[in-house]
Amino acid sequence: MNIVVCVKQVPDTATERKLRSDDKTLDREAADGVVNELDEYAVEEALKLKEAHGGEVTVLTMGPGKATETIRKVLAMGADKAVHLSDDALHGSDALSTSYAMAQALKKIGFDLVVLGSESTDARTGVLAAMLAERLGVPQLTLANKVEVNGSAIAVQRLTDYGYDKVEASLPAVVSVVEKINEPRYPSFKGIMAAKKKPVETLGVADAEISADQVGLANAWSEVVDFAVAPPRAAGTVVKDEGDGGAKIAEFLASKKFV
Amino acid sequence: MLNDEHIELRKSVEEFAREVVAPVIGDYYERCEFPYEIVRKMGAMGLFGLPVPEEYGGMGGDYFALCLTLEELARVDSSVAITLEAAVSLGAMPLLRYGTAEQKARWLPKLTSGEMLGAFGLTEPGGGTDVPGGMRTTAVLDGGEWVINGSKAFITNSGTDITGFVAVAAITGREGGRPEISTIIVPSGTPGFTVSKKYSKVGWSASDTRELSFTDCRVPEENLLGERGRGYAQFLRTLDEGRVAIAALSVGLAQGCVDESLRYARERTAFGRAIGGFQAMQFKIADMEARAHTARLAYYHAAERMLAGLPFKKEAAIAKLVASNAAMDNARDATQVFGGYGFMNEFPVGRFYRDAKILEVGEGTSEVQRMLIARELGMDA
Repeated sequence: MNIVVCVKQVPDTATERKLRSDDKTLDREAADGVVNELDEYAVEEALKLKEAHGGEVTVLTMGPGKATETIRKVLAMGADKAVHLSDDALHGSDALSTSYAMAQALKKIGFDLVVLGSESTDARTGVLAAMLAERLGVPQLTLANKVEVNGSAIAVQRLTDYGYDKVEASLPAVVSVVEKINEPRYPSFKGIMAAKKKPVETLGVADAEISADQVGLANAWSEVVDFAVAPPRAAGTVVKDEGDGGAKIAEFLASKKFV
Repeated sequence: MLNDEHIELRKSVEEFAREVVAPVIGDYYERCEFPYEIVRKMGAMGLFGLPVPEEYGGMGGDYFALCLTLEELARVDSSVAITLEAAVSLGAMPLLRYGTAEQKARWLPKLTSGEMLGAFGLTEPGGGTDVPGGMRTTAVLDGGEWVINGSKAFITNSGTDITGFVAVAAITGREGGRPEISTIIVPSGTPGFTVSKKYSKVGWSASDTRELSFTDCRVPEENLLGERGRGYAQFLRTLDEGRVAIAALSVGLAQGCVDESLRYARERTAFGRAIGGFQAMQFKIADMEARAHTARLAYYHAAERMLAGLPFKKEAAIAKLVASNAAMDNARDATQVFGGYGFMNEFPVGRFYRDAKILEVGEGTSEVQRMLIARELGMDA
């Protein structure tokens, strides 16, 4: 099975994250780049599927030169090869144009299954899987907390508020995973050594047959008009129980529309 | 001297320690419980096979990779770090270095995967530094079997559910009045081999440390590890290497004290400002960082010489001496930074304080390190 796992380098959630004052895009230099946490679950699932069914796992990432750190980590976890979609023309692409660029790259790579995390910790749109499936004309199986492949059939448990839906489709398909699905492995030293020798192909927009006039900040369908730093958390309310504590808490929750 | 792979390994272990060890280790420590689940995950990550060739299931890395790993683990917790240190440097390495092909094939793959732990029994209740003079354990050949009698003290990893064997140093004869010492592999569960209950320790509370006794314990003759009579020389090499590893672990503890103190100094306020703004705190933490840094350079240097095949006895002793001092000093300062909370077990610095003391004792006391350094300087006893 030819599995492509899409990963994104995001700023470390443990550090302070900023937007750039000039073009209002993410300031990638301000924070350490790490693999988007949910994508690590996607990588683990892809590796498990490969271990069970054979085949190959290719990492696809779109991002600046710095994203090679992310590629190296995923290769060290066990992926076989990588494609790095990198071009200045892609800077500032929104979800819609990112899905177009990624879909073009995926068509070029070829796949039986595309696996990705259900959202990124930076932009948090959570729409890429659906957009990719639509653009590629294949079924989408999103928010999976269990994936089973049997020949050309694929079935997932799709996490819902009330439990899960069982969703079935046939390959090729796009799957997005949630964090309950598995426990991502840490790169071993052997994996780290082996990653050095694995092939990494870099694609520019022309290589992936991406029209430059459909990507980048200037061609984005959505625009960041303004942004502000989140206000510091206000002091909490302390409820003293003088016989009416329960009522006061209920009142508070009702005022915040929790109940 | 760090290459890209070393840097990536260190990062990988740092993440592991932060995400897997830090959230749960305090509870294990409080309950004095061995963290099997963490050990299993360390095994899955290949940490137990770091310096072992791939043909035995190892990672094909070097001893320096192990040291970096120990440092990163000990930044968060020393019980976990010493479990790995002892398993690799005292369990797997002597087998790798002195074992027969059969012994290696039998034990190493399980050791390197972390499924099984091996232990090394050298110290005895009546003799720590005084080896071999204080050694009383004997092994006598009888009908193709070694018959072992005696006891061992403070043996790390010797009594866990996954302990596979203890390599026991024993007197196997006399040569011109001097005891002939050999090492013999005793599998767990061998009749006559008794593992006593866990010690109640000041620190390293989530690690497994036991007293062992042997009463007419019989194992096959081929369980001899390395040459008969070479036991003493074998473990001297093992101890020199181990000193570099313990120095790395000590540096990790010293650095962990800096990490925790920095975090606390930013968060804790007094007199209307973060305490990190006071020079008394800044100077203390600057000293702590300087100690951790210099100790790190000392162990890097010792490891570099060891891996280059150069003499490293003096460098290893210096690294062990200064790193354990740094750990002890930093633990004392870190608990001071934390004030009353430093005396509470719920904060990592309290654990660091309890864990630091043994670093001045285990793998050769600070006095032994000074003796070795003086000897290397040509000063006679």
